[in-house]
Amino acid sequence: MAKSIAIRLVRVATLLIGLSILTFSLIHLSPMDPVNAYIGGDTSASPEQIEKFKQYWGVDKSPVEQYLSWAGSLLQGNFGTSLLYRSPVLDIIQSRFLTSLALMGAAWLLSGGIGYSLGVIAAVHRGKLIDRIIKWYSYTLVSTPIFWMGLILLIVFAVWLKWFPVGLAVPAGVLESEVRFIDRVHHFALPALTLSILGVANVAMHTREKMIDILNSEYIVFAKARGESKWQIFKNHGFRNSILPAISLQFAYFGELFGGSMLAEQVFAYPGLGSTLTTAGLKGDLPLMVGIILVSSLFVFAGNLIADILNKVVDPRMKGAV
Amino acid sequence: MSDALLQVEHLSIGFSQYFKGTKKRVIHPISDLNVEIREGEIVAVVGSSGSGKSLLAHAVLGILPGNAVCGGNIAYRGEPLTEERKARLRGREISFIPQSVNYLDPLMRVGKQVRIGLGADAPSVQQALFQRYGLKASDGRLFPYELSGGMLRRVLFATSVREGVRLVIADEPTPGIHPEALAEILKQLKQLASEGAGVMLITHDLMSALEIADRVAVIEEGRTVEISEAAAFEGAGRQLRTEFTRRLWRALPDNDFDLELQGKEEVRIAADRRKSGLLLSKGALDF
Repeated sequence: MAKSIAIRLVRVATLLIGLSILTFSLIHLSPMDPVNAYIGGDTSASPEQIEKFKQYWGVDKSPVEQYLSWAGSLLQGNFGTSLLYRSPVLDIIQSRFLTSLALMGAAWLLSGGIGYSLGVIAAVHRGKLIDRIIKWYSYTLVSTPIFWMGLILLIVFAVWLKWFPVGLAVPAGVLESEVRFIDRVHHFALPALTLSILGVANVAMHTREKMIDILNSEYIVFAKARGESKWQIFKNHGFRNSILPAISLQFAYFGELFGGSMLAEQVFAYPGLGSTLTTAGLKGDLPLMVGIILVSSLFVFAGNLIADILNKVVDPRMKGAV
Repeated sequence: MSDALLQVEHLSIGFSQYFKGTKKRVIHPISDLNVEIREGEIVAVVGSSGSGKSLLAHAVLGILPGNAVCGGNIAYRGEPLTEERKARLRGREISFIPQSVNYLDPLMRVGKQVRIGLGADAPSVQQALFQRYGLKASDGRLFPYELSGGMLRRVLFATSVREGVRLVIADEPTPGIHPEALAEILKQLKQLASEGAGVMLITHDLMSALEIADRVAVIEEGRTVEISEAAAFEGAGRQLRTEFTRRLWRALPDNDFDLELQGKEEVRIAADRRKSGLLLSKGALDF
């Protein structure tokens, strides 16, 4: 157990090093100029001032030197300062991550719960109408772009029905201290729904396959022969054998969830990590962008790690195999 | 006979399946099975692999796959055994000992598996059953993969013993088991019968079945070939009614493989082959 965790820690370290080098090189090759981004459209800056900036930031040094000095301060916990927001990158990531986490967490739980239930229902009624509906729904959703789904929901529920606000995380023009919890939920519902609806398909189809395998297994035949009812069979054997793969799949789904939240946040102008990353990328806020990329890759890695460990720790057959 | 516990008459089982993509056909692995079991009696159902023995058990229990079609009559205690009645009786009056330890849930502790369907006093009954089958109380905390094959067989037996069970269907409980364990299993089946239950022992091991069975039903390619008293299987098998059973009996290792009969067999096969060649040339062979 300790050994396998150590191996994974080494793996995440190399992953982060590799990722930071890759991001750094890509940015270096891109036409984005941090100095320009910082000054913005301010034409009053003289060439001497710009030169001073370049010197101050070390942009005139070689890329390797730049990388090493950046990585060095990163190791000391200094992610740098965001050019757009003029505050430490880590602070921004922290506050945005919490907003995103609520969104992703809700979508994660909802899509997991609904997806698992749909998968079980489809498997139990395999070949019947309800199974075909669930299958059709899942296949359709899996091939639906998330931003498109977000726009549809926006048009229907925000524009036509006016049930939900069009965007943002809190009402516009209201003081932070006066925002009620219900307002937050109100703003958060549509993006969370968008993310959940699409996340359902994956886990539903997987659970359906797994459950069909289980229902065809000999231990289910035996359970039936022992007079267990359909509900007892599900409770005693179906749930037990299918929930673990479903949960680990859901953890491994962190990556897609993050990618999805980026698009959903963009559509709903929801100020989470994803939309911040898009803004940072578009406006050339390099420290913020690299910081978010590193943190989000850590997040995705954590999801996969949990899925991995969960399988080995919870499944009794894997005891000693860790 | 009216005092029969279980009476299976002209049972046929077919499976509809797709072939060549979209065409549907029905295959009939079982065409005409007849078996009768009385209370306290052990009837061995003997046949080679694929002869339809296990399907018989699954048909009586009502656990055939969804694409199966059954024909014929099955009566239990004088009344037709409908699917609803099967669902009501299985696990309560009719219990099943499956042929493989894969029939246990891999993720459930074996003690809990034995407790399923036992009701309020399940823990104490389970302890008693474990004792009866020589399992330690601590074994109940283990998962199936942690027990040996022999222990798992005993767990399977423990799941089949229930208050009020009148019919026990044991599907191949003996293969791949060393002699002492085999004797143990046979003893346990005998014990179930002596407690008044009817036992259907499905096996391809004729010799060990004869040690405890009262009667033997021989099955070949989905038909009952013969039902005889166990006592008829002795010597050269002159009391056996059909040629097939006699050859089966005399071909056993204990009966010297009877080479003389095997010679006759070869002649017959050669004749069959000529006949089928004729059919093929006429193009009369259609499916």
